[in-house]
Amino acid sequence: MKKYSELSYMDSVHRDGKIWNFSMTGILFLFPIVVGLIFSATPDWTAFLGGLVAVAPMYWAVGIVETITYLPMLGSGGTYLSFVTGNISNLKLPCALSALEQADVKANSEEGEVISTIAIATSSIVTTVIVILGVILAIPLTPILTAPILDPAFDQILPALFGSLGVAFISKSWKIAVAPVALMLILFITIPALNAGTVGIMVPVSALFTIGVSRILYKKHLLD
Amino acid sequence: MNFSVNHPLLFVMVGIIIAAVIAQSVYFMVRAWRRALVLGIPKDKLKKIVRSAAVFTIAPAVSIVVGVIILSKNLGVALPWLRLSVIGSLSYETIAAEQTIKAFGTEIPALTASQYVTVALVMTVSILVGIWLAPLLGKKMQAGMLTLEKRDKKWADIFQNSLFMGMISAFLGFVFCDFSSVFKGLTYGLVPICVMAVSALTTILCGLIMKKTGWRWISDYALPLSLVLAMAAAIPLTGWLGTAPV
Repeated sequence: MKKYSELSYMDSVHRDGKIWNFSMTGILFLFPIVVGLIFSATPDWTAFLGGLVAVAPMYWAVGIVETITYLPMLGSGGTYLSFVTGNISNLKLPCALSALEQADVKANSEEGEVISTIAIATSSIVTTVIVILGVILAIPLTPILTAPILDPAFDQILPALFGSLGVAFISKSWKIAVAPVALMLILFITIPALNAGTVGIMVPVSALFTIGVSRILYKKHLLD
Repeated sequence: MNFSVNHPLLFVMVGIIIAAVIAQSVYFMVRAWRRALVLGIPKDKLKKIVRSAAVFTIAPAVSIVVGVIILSKNLGVALPWLRLSVIGSLSYETIAAEQTIKAFGTEIPALTASQYVTVALVMTVSILVGIWLAPLLGKKMQAGMLTLEKRDKKWADIFQNSLFMGMISAFLGFVFCDFSSVFKGLTYGLVPICVMAVSALTTILCGLIMKKTGWRWISDYALPLSLVLAMAAAIPLTGWLGTAPV
């Protein structure tokens, strides 16, 4: 095994990512275990199985699909961080995309890797700090943040995000964008089952379709 | 020891875990920052990236605080704070908590320690796939991308763009998911479309102002500005176009 100092930057990111993420898995499991020990409580195993059977198959499927789909977009460091801090499609990924656009670097370059990591780390830190402030100020903030008048604003975060990102990316690669945008519009308008709960599943479908169409266009020299 | 969903010890434990999450973010940030300087990326450029990522994050982060408040009605503040700071999202965690509470089979006025531990375990086990799958697949997938790039650099760039565009297309499609309500004479399905249009137009306007005036700093804040303006526009738009019938 190579010494740490002999590793390339990317290899060291993977080694650190493994250590951090497997450690975080253990730490997260410690929470229910320690709560149980302190308060002398054992889980209700029947309810545990009932809850798990109801949600785990879907979450695990989505988790596998999200990992495979988002990994090449987030970069390695960004992936390790994002899958610990969560809120990927509504926060970390748009943040990374915006940073790559702003820095004018390619996602698959080492420059893209570090820019994406810096943006996602910043976003993770800021989110965590804001949530801490929210928890500290929960009592005075609750009537303001849960005021019905603000509900529509928080309900529309995704359209607000992807309107701006859509313009930035479609204007750069409109030839690639036409077919998947048309397909997704048709599918989402005509199939009632496609909604906020299933959009995560449609991301890899759309990505695979886009890659297929791009390959055909590329082979026919239509992307030159 | 008597249990309560807002017991101070729960906050201490969650605080320790959140500190570990911040430590990981700081660690990766410092390493990427140093590497960026070695690669010749100017410090000013990096500072700009940090500034705009921070500004951009504020509005979605406030919505996460709202999620903590919503979940805290049944679970207290500590567990939602943990679940929405680490991996989770409001929709996942709400469903996981509801399904487990349903599995207890009775109406629950206040969770017991055993029920609390059960809910926390279901939430943890359900959501952990990405956190351990990423380290298992990360290096292999990156190697695959590098091989692709060595074979055909142009196609590798198009492949990467196609991934981004596929993701963006799916979310653009999602914006139209209630559009068919128009055929029934209802207009609430137009709200997300109008919100998206406000966001897109703000971004275009920022680009035009930047071109006309040469104020490059505008591009750093185009996304957060578009996000906040579009979210604000959602309030009158919803008042005008209505909401989905319950």
